[in-house]
Amino acid sequence: MSERRNDPDVSKGFHLGTWRKLLPYVFPYRYKLLVTICLMIVTAVIDVALPRFQSYAVDHFVVPQSIDGLQPFLLVYLAAIAASACITILLTRISMKVELGVNRDMKRASFLRLQRLDLSYYNTTATGYILARVMSDTERIGVLIGWSIQDFFWSLAYILFAFVSMFMVNVRLTLIVLAIVPPIALVTGFFQKRILAANREVRAINSQITGAYNEGITGAKTSKTLVIEDRVSDDFADLTGTMYRAQFRAARLNGLFVPIVTGLSSLAVALVLVRGGLMAMENAIEFGTLSLFISYSLAILEPIRMMARLFNELIAAQVNVERVTGLIDHPLLIQDSPAVIEKYGDLFSPKRENWEPIKGHIEFKNVWFKYPDGEENVLEDFSLDVPAGTNVAIVGETGAGKSTLVNLACRFFEPTKGQILIDGVDYRERSQLWLHSSIGYVLQSPHLFSGTVRDNIRYGNPGATDADVERAAKLVSADVVAAKLEHGYDTDVGEGGDRLSTGEKQLISFARAILPDPPIFVLDEATSSIDTETELLIQRAIWHILEGRTSFIIAHRLSTIRTADIILMVEDGKIVERGTHAELMEQNGRYAHLYHEMEIKEQEERTE
Amino acid sequence: MREQNKHGVFATFWQYTHGLKRYFFLALLTTFGSILFSFLTPQIIRLTVDSVIGDEPFDLPRLFAGLPEQLGGRENLRQHLVVIGIAILLCTLIEGVCTLCSRLLMSHGTESYVKRLRDSIFRHIQHLPFRWHTRNRTGDIIQRCSADMDVIRNFVANQLLEVIRITLLIGTALWLMASMNVRLTLVAAAFIPLVAWYSGFFFKRLSRKFRVADEAEGELTVTVQENLTGVRVVRAFGQEQQELDKFDRWNGEHYRLWVDMGILMGSYWGIGEFVTAFQVMTIIAVGSYLAYRGQLTFGEFLAFVSYNRTLAFPLRRLGRILSDMSKTKVSAERLAEIYHAEEEHDGPEAQKPVIRGEIDFDRVTFAYDGANVLEDVSFHIPAGSTFGILGNTGSGKSTLSYLLDRLYDLEPGCGAISVDGTDVRDIDRTVLRQAIGVTLQEPFLFSKTIAENIAAATPGASMEDIRRAAAIADVDDNITEFPSGYDTIVGERGVTLSGGQKQRVAIARTLMRRCPIMIFDDSMSAVDLSTDAHIRRALKTETGGATVILISHRINTLIDCDNILVLENGRVAESGTHRELIAREGGIYRRTYDLQSAASLGEEVRA
Repeated sequence: MSERRNDPDVSKGFHLGTWRKLLPYVFPYRYKLLVTICLMIVTAVIDVALPRFQSYAVDHFVVPQSIDGLQPFLLVYLAAIAASACITILLTRISMKVELGVNRDMKRASFLRLQRLDLSYYNTTATGYILARVMSDTERIGVLIGWSIQDFFWSLAYILFAFVSMFMVNVRLTLIVLAIVPPIALVTGFFQKRILAANREVRAINSQITGAYNEGITGAKTSKTLVIEDRVSDDFADLTGTMYRAQFRAARLNGLFVPIVTGLSSLAVALVLVRGGLMAMENAIEFGTLSLFISYSLAILEPIRMMARLFNELIAAQVNVERVTGLIDHPLLIQDSPAVIEKYGDLFSPKRENWEPIKGHIEFKNVWFKYPDGEENVLEDFSLDVPAGTNVAIVGETGAGKSTLVNLACRFFEPTKGQILIDGVDYRERSQLWLHSSIGYVLQSPHLFSGTVRDNIRYGNPGATDADVERAAKLVSADVVAAKLEHGYDTDVGEGGDRLSTGEKQLISFARAILPDPPIFVLDEATSSIDTETELLIQRAIWHILEGRTSFIIAHRLSTIRTADIILMVEDGKIVERGTHAELMEQNGRYAHLYHEMEIKEQEERTE
Repeated sequence: MREQNKHGVFATFWQYTHGLKRYFFLALLTTFGSILFSFLTPQIIRLTVDSVIGDEPFDLPRLFAGLPEQLGGRENLRQHLVVIGIAILLCTLIEGVCTLCSRLLMSHGTESYVKRLRDSIFRHIQHLPFRWHTRNRTGDIIQRCSADMDVIRNFVANQLLEVIRITLLIGTALWLMASMNVRLTLVAAAFIPLVAWYSGFFFKRLSRKFRVADEAEGELTVTVQENLTGVRVVRAFGQEQQELDKFDRWNGEHYRLWVDMGILMGSYWGIGEFVTAFQVMTIIAVGSYLAYRGQLTFGEFLAFVSYNRTLAFPLRRLGRILSDMSKTKVSAERLAEIYHAEEEHDGPEAQKPVIRGEIDFDRVTFAYDGANVLEDVSFHIPAGSTFGILGNTGSGKSTLSYLLDRLYDLEPGCGAISVDGTDVRDIDRTVLRQAIGVTLQEPFLFSKTIAENIAAATPGASMEDIRRAAAIADVDDNITEFPSGYDTIVGERGVTLSGGQKQRVAIARTLMRRCPIMIFDDSMSAVDLSTDAHIRRALKTETGGATVILISHRINTLIDCDNILVLENGRVAESGTHRELIAREGGIYRRTYDLQSAASLGEEVRA
């Protein structure tokens, strides 16, 4: 059970510090970026020049009714549009590489961080949330850097050149057009912010609807047995009602925005026509100039709108940047020291030749421990010596905190005070990978990866031969599972092993754990029931596995518990009793009570 | 789903437009209005330049021929150019109002329509028989209901009106251009098929590449997701390097495929830009020539160029939309397959008796996908008794409860199931199911609060009742320990309950219904033994006169039953009380009993 972490609120205002964190990811693409920006400026110059071709044609061919010089004119014109097209092709290629390159690099950095982050991060953060950071937030940033920057420079250059071009022709008319820029920018800014928010809401409701379909379909059997099909459908209709309202709101914003902006640019056209018309009648300007200004007052609309839109997008994308850099810079609670990395290598370039072999003697020495998100110490001055080959069973009610010791032994968490020694050495003086490579680990709810049965068994030891795989499988009776499957060991188990039953997954995860022949074994026994025959197979497997290994078992079976060398009784996160079965029964405390309760049922059966 | 007929796909979608057609029609009218007024502006500019500022005679359609004189003639207009400015603004204003109206009408029409589609398909799915649900994969249905529905929505919201709008736009522009100069119009129109063709050409290729790239993205997502959900395994096995390699492979592939697509996209955009600009250039060149020949005025030239510009963008869109629309047909068919699946249906002759709880299975045989799940199963459960069913996975024990609840119906001639002497197939499904409370092994909880879940089938239940049911199911303590207690939200958006907690909440939910028949289908399997015993003790006193069926593979769950049925491979192997069955040396029940006691003791097996 874990409370899910919610999305942080959309941050308001521009934060330079947040953006600065992007620099390392943009830096490798600096030349490409520079090229795209230059190309964009050239494009803007051509775009600004295009209306002048028209006005040139008006002044030199249409009005004087002549075709002198039409040919060279057309050649220059053609060259301009061909250049513009080529630039577009080139630009798209480079921009695409920048976008996807930044995207890829940030994804990789996030993934790399996720491999190093401690488990408490995973315990407190929903998987869907992490996934969204790795997949979609990085994508948004890529688009921003690959395209938005270029669009920004294009708009800026276009507006600049257009006004320069107009100023060169006629100052008074230019001032008229210029007057229309601020209102358009303001109106666009006002609407874009609201349109972005409305779209975000629509997307959020949309994912709720998909969730509701999922629930409606997977829960169909339950709805039928409860005879609440219509009630469930009514709830769904409420949700789609919300969707209708959100969509309509978005449409209303768009419906108002477009005509207002068009109206403003049309105001510019009207003013130019009235003012310019008078000037033309007084022969103060040529007809071509008039047409040029009408063209510009229409064409200037798009870059202004784009600037306003980009500004809003930038503010909105800040959240994405915060999320991704938040993940990449998330502090590591468990880290190998530089000296350890120097000697033993890190996660991705281990120096296995320097690793000492592990015998499996584990000692907790005056250990204090508090979970990073907890307030209370769960261990206080706890000491326990586990000689190599000892079986330790941890028992207690569900939710009593039985996994704490296992988490500490595996170094998923480290003691807040005190030491844990492995073969007499503090495990912080060795690398994490050194320890993890020597631990066999079986989870309560076994997790398999998509791929074949063989791939899964081989997971911890990619170099193992097929014969090794099958031997390991046989040792824990997983060969029985493989034999029942259509393609034997080469059967695809589906995403998360979905095509197998829990019992089958468990047996395969045993084989996976035993294959590298680890000196230390950690087992979280399954509580959910498995049919009697599989259950027996699993018990046999457990006994095979434990033989000669140091082991920690979070135990639910009387048989496993009774035969353990040391039993630790956990209550409310703390170890309340410890000893062998006989000793603890003697004490007649909590353990004895729990044991009796479990035994009562068996007694009941016998006396019936 | 394939076997569904393809006829009437259109009819299926058409029926939901009832009462909405007028909005679409009005939207079309206002769109037309906005196009008309948007085209007036260039005409006004043309007239002003040619005939007000210039000296050409006014050439207006006969209807408006008197307009310049009414406005005081050329001289007056020359003095008051402002009038023309106001006319332009007025046109834009009307155009804007038309645009706003058309968007609002269209949005209301589309969103109402899509809401109807979504609601109806959801309700339909709820009422489809259970067999349909088992035959179709959840992911596939969700895909259809969300992605295919989006395609339909896109078609109605954007493509349909857009195609009409663009056709009108192009038509009107060409008509206006032709009224000024036919030859130049022909030059402009010559580009239309070219633009439509290359847009379609690229779009087909782009969507193919897009599909591949999208799949790679899917693989990448799965890789990351598996890494996240399996993080403990990755860590414990020290396989971070292997995971990173896998990630890099897909991340690189993703990059490569999208860059590949970007290159094609760049060509598409570049060529599109060139063709458009080339068309404008051609018009300018030919226009200049025509003006030189005295066949085109300056004002006409200006108007022409501006109409021509309105052509360029819609044309590029049209090619894209047309090739995109082919998707709509596929999506509509995929959705129609769901719509056309037949719902559960009770005839008017279905009986609605008051059910006491006596159950009879008479020579029941049931096959699923050609294989017999149950064969010749007969038994009798007196009203008010407790009945146990023991069987391994695949023994058909759950099917018994599905048949009783009519999630499946028996084929004719395969025996009969009756409740209080009436064949269940003659009883109204709603009445029958309301009388039977089933708790499933892997119960489904809705993502609502725990209280709402417990009262899911009993709206309006008091908090006291809810807590009482939870207490009987031994989950009240767990719930009150949550920070928000009974208001804790369950599932993805809230707290994840353990398997045992879920089962107990589901038991409480069943208890709330106070049904005359209650079935607990392996519903305490994830609960530890002491809780199991506690719940059973509470149930015994709380179920009152109800008939209780306990299905399990745990012997001690069934010990107290009045009668126990042992199923093996779909057949009745043994039946009797616990005491009777235990006495049968070599029987399945006895063997299972021995195994389970051994398993919990351990000694024998280890030795």
